[in-house]
Amino acid sequence: MSDILEMLESLKPECDFTNCENYIEEGYLDSFDIVLLTSMLEDKYGIKIDALDILPENYSNVDAIASLVVKSGGTV
Amino acid sequence: MITRFSNKRIASILGVLPENDSLFDDEVDNYSFPAKQTMRLKKVMGFEKHSLSKPDTTVSDLALYGINHMLDNNWIKKDDIGAVVVVSLCPDHFVPHISNIIHGELGLSSDVFCMDIPQGCCGYLMGLFQSFMLIDHMTDKKVLLVNGDVLSHIVSHRDRNDFPLIGDAATITVVEQTEEENDIYFELNSDGTQREALIVPAGGFRTPANDETSEMKDQGDGNYRSLNNLHMDGTAIFNFVQTKVPEMIKSALARNALSVDDIDYYFFHQPNRFMLIKLAERIGIPEDKIPVNLVENYGNPSGCSIPLVMALNASEALMRDTYRCCLSAFGSGLAWGSMIMKIGRLNNIAIIRSNL
Repeated sequence: MSDILEMLESLKPECDFTNCENYIEEGYLDSFDIVLLTSMLEDKYGIKIDALDILPENYSNVDAIASLVVKSGGTV
Repeated sequence: MITRFSNKRIASILGVLPENDSLFDDEVDNYSFPAKQTMRLKKVMGFEKHSLSKPDTTVSDLALYGINHMLDNNWIKKDDIGAVVVVSLCPDHFVPHISNIIHGELGLSSDVFCMDIPQGCCGYLMGLFQSFMLIDHMTDKKVLLVNGDVLSHIVSHRDRNDFPLIGDAATITVVEQTEEENDIYFELNSDGTQREALIVPAGGFRTPANDETSEMKDQGDGNYRSLNNLHMDGTAIFNFVQTKVPEMIKSALARNALSVDDIDYYFFHQPNRFMLIKLAERIGIPEDKIPVNLVENYGNPSGCSIPLVMALNASEALMRDTYRCCLSAFGSGLAWGSMIMKIGRLNNIAIIRSNL
């Protein structure tokens, strides 16, 4: 979890990801941020995230992102 | 719709680029995003450089430059031309049409059929479809299929989500009849309910351009654009492509009793590197069969992307031999389509730089 938070903070240093319920609805992450985060997760965990899983709801908070990593074969 | 053609071939392909490239590194300061984040995006999306035309360059300028090159180098003779089909999102004028401008500038005979089709990223497939239908009604004549766009004129230079992607270009494809009874599979689909996912909100008759629509505004995500600018809903387009295109390709292969490996080349529309790699993963296409490098070289030039990616990656092969190719495009409309056809032993295929 802390690795994911570090990635988010490096992506958007100006955002406080620990005190946000929904990164998408709050405007913390847009579609290009999702592309970047996908690339960072794939590199970090050695996984391939299925294109059909690259949906806003799977990036809405740190738990959802961790679940996506696990679903894609990674270990958080 | 799904249909088949036969006795038609692509004879030649010419890509025409503007004189100048713009480097992504030089544009970073235009965008209000952290440089580190933007540079990672460069790697993932394939942003390197893109070809941008001069502000007064139009599609007919690029097309005429290319057609004159073809005439001067005996790729085609004026008397061979039976039709000029132009596919573009960027008309020189609402009226007259680009095909008529080309007709007049070239001094073509009055029995040459002229037609403009306003289409975007699916424009090459739409144009080939029309050309294949037209060629049946011509004896010993050829169709000049022109694809062209100058999208840099309608995309905000301060919009990091749209501007680094796009490029300007024109392509000219010569379509002709052949005695060979080849089998050409064609599929075209549309979903107008998602039409606003790729839109220029103002500038047409629904919302004419005025001072208000020209005002550049922060879209809330750090990107600045006006209602006169092209905008793409990245998430909607990505999900549309990743859902519709793999199932279409798999179904097209099945209908033709082909496996993924039976196709020599997958020449797809080139939105960006990330989207293409994800598409290839979903369909199971080996990396060496699907070029993904157009955006990093020239940008995404809408309907020109497929002929340009063919010329960039396979010109020698396509001159030397014939290959079973799967072409696929997807974009504004929303529309998506595919074609499976043996392409090769072309008379000519090249990319040239203009002074435009």
